[in-house]
Amino acid sequence: MGETLIKVEGLSKKFCRNLKKSMWYGMQDIGSELRGKRHGADGVLRPDEFWAVKDISFELKRGECLGLIGHNGAGKTTLLRMLNGLIRPDQGRIEMRGTVGALIALGAGFNPILTGRENIYVNAAVLGLSKQYVDSKIDEIIDFAEIREFINSPVQTYSSGMNVRLGFAIAAVLIEPDILFLDEVLAVGDISFVIKCLNTVRQITSKSAVVFVSHNMQQISAFCTRVMVMDHGHVQLDSTNPSEGINRYYSLVKHKQQTSGTGEAEILGLELIVNEQEAESAEPTIPHGAELGCRIKLRIDNSRAGANMVVNISDVAMNQVITMPLYSLDGRLNRLPAGILELEISMGKVELSSGKYSITIGVIDSETMEVLARAQGLSPFCIISDRVYWGKFVRYVVPQKVNIMTTSA
Amino acid sequence: MKNEKKLIDKMHTTIYTPDSLLANPFRMAREMLRDLAASRELAWRLTVRDLSAQYRQTILGFIWAIILPLANTLIWIFLSRSGVVNVSDTPLPYPVYVFTGTMLWAILMDALNAPLQIVTASKIMLAKIYFPREALVIAGIYQTIFNALIKVTLLIVALLAMGIYPGWSVLLFPIGLFSLVLVGTVIGLALTPVGLLYTDVGKGIPLLMQFMMYLTPVVFAMPKSGISATLFQMNPLTPLILTARDWLTGLTPEYLGYFVVVNMIAITLLIIFWIVFRLAMPILIERMGS
Repeated sequence: MGETLIKVEGLSKKFCRNLKKSMWYGMQDIGSELRGKRHGADGVLRPDEFWAVKDISFELKRGECLGLIGHNGAGKTTLLRMLNGLIRPDQGRIEMRGTVGALIALGAGFNPILTGRENIYVNAAVLGLSKQYVDSKIDEIIDFAEIREFINSPVQTYSSGMNVRLGFAIAAVLIEPDILFLDEVLAVGDISFVIKCLNTVRQITSKSAVVFVSHNMQQISAFCTRVMVMDHGHVQLDSTNPSEGINRYYSLVKHKQQTSGTGEAEILGLELIVNEQEAESAEPTIPHGAELGCRIKLRIDNSRAGANMVVNISDVAMNQVITMPLYSLDGRLNRLPAGILELEISMGKVELSSGKYSITIGVIDSETMEVLARAQGLSPFCIISDRVYWGKFVRYVVPQKVNIMTTSA
Repeated sequence: MKNEKKLIDKMHTTIYTPDSLLANPFRMAREMLRDLAASRELAWRLTVRDLSAQYRQTILGFIWAIILPLANTLIWIFLSRSGVVNVSDTPLPYPVYVFTGTMLWAILMDALNAPLQIVTASKIMLAKIYFPREALVIAGIYQTIFNALIKVTLLIVALLAMGIYPGWSVLLFPIGLFSLVLVGTVIGLALTPVGLLYTDVGKGIPLLMQFMMYLTPVVFAMPKSGISATLFQMNPLTPLILTARDWLTGLTPEYLGYFVVVNMIAITLLIIFWIVFRLAMPILIERMGS
């Protein structure tokens, strides 16, 4: 336990933006490979090429799980494909000890005409396993995938969820690698299956060195002992504190500002107030549980006097997590007067899960319900906490009472 | 038991660098042999997969393996009988000559098309899963052989029906069959790396091979003189078709020497193009995207 299994030094890979040129460079690379020269034109960028992965180094021991996070196109999958031996590095070196397994592209290689059972054998052979070994495990696979009644039907009749379940079950039951690569494999399937997968992966990860790519910060937070944040092929942060990495990832997330509406009202400005003080930076970092408020400056045309307003907190995916319609003390929707106004609103304690959020404001005509102004992506901020939970809204609770009925279970 | 396996595995170290694999030929040779051994089971599985899927989706089933050469034969018999094409004397009755010719040619073409076809069909798998790439080529060979056996069975039945008794030389025919598959695979393997990137190759092959067929004694007899005689004699495919046909029909092979030479060269080229294929695959996968 604990020996170094993966050693990566100065790893780089370049890609080409232009298809025709890319094909031609491929031919050139084969030519130089056949002449015994180094791959990838000695690390010089040719026209239209860019570094998809640049100068990555790390070591990983057994029992460690490295989470790779970053935007689409940050180079995570490219790095994983190099580690998996699918493509060759242009610079640097990878050294790995032990057997390598990957939970990537589950069900690739399934033939739609063949039955689930037949495809298990094909897929296992692709993973390098013998028929005898699969014979001894086949029931376990079928049960894991929960598709016993369909196992003799052609795979083309399966739903996409069943496909993924079968693909995952084959790999999860059969492989026992020293080094494991996971790429977004747990993104689909119903929740009970996802939970089963997570538990299985956890079992595997405790015995192997794992590299894990995911956009799901809950999973990263739950599995990884270490996080690498990638951006445009470079490592932004390499930390053994996953929540630090996750917070850095959120800070890289951009909330796009966007305004719409009839233009008869306009949001002129928005300032966040954290714990009764004005936020110090453009993208403040706010600890979980802080008091949050905001100061909104807006203009409403005379013809639209009496408009209502709604303030929302939106997450990265622009889902509105909290909606706060403005009310007056008499219990009715607040009717805002015309003119240029400044409002101060207390939004209470922010008990949001860690992540990046922004404010969306809507101003609506109270009679016709026409949207006069809508602005989203305003004042982005990060909520930080030690752990990422599954819920968007996280409240720590202390049990009022714990009755011990018996002392052993 | 399990611990023992673990200990052996632990010795196994994988290293990836940008250096050409040719820089370390001994390691490359060792890996080639290791992957070849690892390919056997997978190649067999892929063959079973492709064949059963292929035949499960048809009504005519294995008849498809012979329908094209059969149709070709009938066309050529019609053309020669009706006098549209004047075919010079063949050493065998013309229907027998053209039927054996087109059947053997079809086997060669199957073998030639197989590598590019199967590798192209497996692009997604190649881009995402690491497995010995040789398995695909071997699976292609298996499938060619399977389809060839169907063709040969029909061929022998038809020959007997037409009153041709091959005699003891039929025992040598498997060698002829083997060299057709061998040479076809070598040509196909050579075209695969470029063909994976540029689809022009896949489109150009049928055109070129159609032309080659007319320079090989498939439907025409060997010309006796002139430039065409020289072309026919130089064509490396000529001895393959002639020798296989002679063994099958009980004639004495005239081009046995050239036949042996072509096979020796083919075996050498097979190893060379195998190396090229191995070296090229990761580069091609990178260019194919995922």
